[in-house]
Amino acid sequence: MTDAGSRDMPDEREKTGVGAWLDARLPVVSAFRREYVDYQTPRNLNGLWNFGAILTVVLLVMLATGIFLAINYTPTAAGAFASVEAIERQVPSGWLLRSIHVTGASMFLAALYIHLFRGLYYGSYKAPREMLWLSGLVLLAMVMFTAFAGYVLPWGQMSYWGADVAGKAVDAIPGVGPWLEHFLQGADAPGDVSLHRFFILHMVLAFAVLGVVGVHVAALHVTGSNNPLGIEPTGPRDTVPFHPYYTSKDALGLVLFALLFAVVVFFLPNVVFEAENFRPANPLHTPADIEPEWYFLPFYGILQSVPSKFGGLLASVGAILVLFLVPWLDRSPIRSARFRPFYRVCMGLLVVCFILLGFVGRHHAQGGWMIAGRVAVVYYFAHFLVLLPLSARTERGIVLPDGIADAGRRGA
Amino acid sequence: MRGGMRLRFGFLLGLLASLADISHAMAQAGPHDRPPHQVWSFEGPLGRFDLSAVQRGYAVYAQVCSACHGMKAMTYGDLAAMGLTMEQVSRIAATQQVPGGVDAQGDPVTRAATPADHFRDPFANPEAAAAANNGVAPPDQSRLALVYPGGPDRIYAVLTGYREPPAAYRPSHAGAVYNPYASGREIAMPPPLRDGQVVYTDGTPATAAQEARDVTTFLAWVAQPHLEARHRLGMQVVLYLLFLAVLVLLLKRRVWSDVH
Repeated sequence: MTDAGSRDMPDEREKTGVGAWLDARLPVVSAFRREYVDYQTPRNLNGLWNFGAILTVVLLVMLATGIFLAINYTPTAAGAFASVEAIERQVPSGWLLRSIHVTGASMFLAALYIHLFRGLYYGSYKAPREMLWLSGLVLLAMVMFTAFAGYVLPWGQMSYWGADVAGKAVDAIPGVGPWLEHFLQGADAPGDVSLHRFFILHMVLAFAVLGVVGVHVAALHVTGSNNPLGIEPTGPRDTVPFHPYYTSKDALGLVLFALLFAVVVFFLPNVVFEAENFRPANPLHTPADIEPEWYFLPFYGILQSVPSKFGGLLASVGAILVLFLVPWLDRSPIRSARFRPFYRVCMGLLVVCFILLGFVGRHHAQGGWMIAGRVAVVYYFAHFLVLLPLSARTERGIVLPDGIADAGRRGA
Repeated sequence: MRGGMRLRFGFLLGLLASLADISHAMAQAGPHDRPPHQVWSFEGPLGRFDLSAVQRGYAVYAQVCSACHGMKAMTYGDLAAMGLTMEQVSRIAATQQVPGGVDAQGDPVTRAATPADHFRDPFANPEAAAAANNGVAPPDQSRLALVYPGGPDRIYAVLTGYREPPAAYRPSHAGAVYNPYASGREIAMPPPLRDGQVVYTDGTPATAAQEARDVTTFLAWVAQPHLEARHRLGMQVVLYLLFLAVLVLLLKRRVWSDVH
């Protein structure tokens, strides 16, 4: 749509040589030029648009480090913990690869949440980008399964009891629950079979994520990027070529993100490594405080705030599923929250509730946290099911800018 | 627009706050006195180990702790990283007998350990360990300095904290002794260290406090054997990335100079 012209303009330099020969048979060179060099991109993307590139790079880092960890890993209940200790102690640079992989999981989920927030806030899910949104949500779900399966693999106390809690949650599903728990774990409690299954699941899903990222990026390049104003570019004045403008901007975002990443890996590993997980799994000794990794805490908070076990499971799974409906729940023709005062306030409250639910999960929804958790759960669903559909009614007489370039000039 | 910025900032801040909150999550079972803070060379983002203290601490471990506590994850070869030569490591390994498979008659035999062997466990299994120690198996020490709530400060406090119990104290089980820094102010381990118990080859006076300090340093080193390499590499990586960030920032501003 944005670059229909570039297809028909062969580059003079590429008419001879190996590049031209290859391109005539498999147009990788011209496709790359079309999609990553000449590709017209809105000129006003802010820093939040860096996170797509950041996520891609972190994913590749996860796959690269993960393969080396898998080579040295033993997926048995008797050998898993010792093999991870061997990676940490005896395998050359194993400690570094593992630290990058563990930190990468947290960083990936953090970047993913920011990326998701960006999509919600600027209405990137609206027509014609529904498939982009849906493929992104599929990725979110896949990444969560991958992260959970990966967390079980070191077979420390938190790995074991985390798997146990998840198994019990699945068990709470009426009818199929016990069967499904047995299907996933291979037994009534986590053990050899579950570890082997989680290992395979972790590896297969990781590469499947890479494939779905391909679909996600392809969908992006069909419609082009949304932007902070939420209006489509009207002409060349509103866009810049991807290279060198967004390659340089993404590079800056990547280096700053890598800096944060490095600080955690080298100086603050305790932020991502749970000390309790350095104790080997012991089915006879339940830890005092079982809690999932921070990125699952909001959903753990929902699970624990709802009085019924199955209800809690429904609510925490529903918290993700409801996102799939967002493109059809939101009736407003305006994309960006910048021009939607009511929706903007609602989004702020949603972020507050999401973080609050994380703290509720940390405190096991006890005492006052239970009340806070229930209020936050109610708001979370009310936001999507009531406020979002109604918000369009509050938006009368809003004038959107005519073009991105004009809006920029007016703002400056 | 400004509201959006605030929202974004608040969101990031919230994420960081929840991260920071989690790092302090340490369940401390049973009441105990607060261990006084000690100054350790390995503390902080630039911390490093005093390898002579680590070596003395190994002497304490080998001559005292290893009688009851295993250190499964360590191999004798790993000791080279505390400043020993491979010959020294091989000599240490050779003093230990480990299971060596079976002989021609099918009877289990032992052999001298090599640097590739893991530290010998003092007990055949956890049940034997518990049976020999009044029903409480001594914990493995591979990661003790990380997993023991309170870390090195509390390990040192426990080792030096044995004293006359208050009049009201009654041991809850056979072999339990009073220690204000242990969980529930009681511990199953009798006082392990006394003055002159260990022979130091570097001439350091082997007081009980010195032994406790050295063995705590050794346990911290064992729990995080790559701490020093991590900090050194971290400084290099961070400095490199900072330099790169400046270059990329200049590049980005130059590229965008005709747009803004």
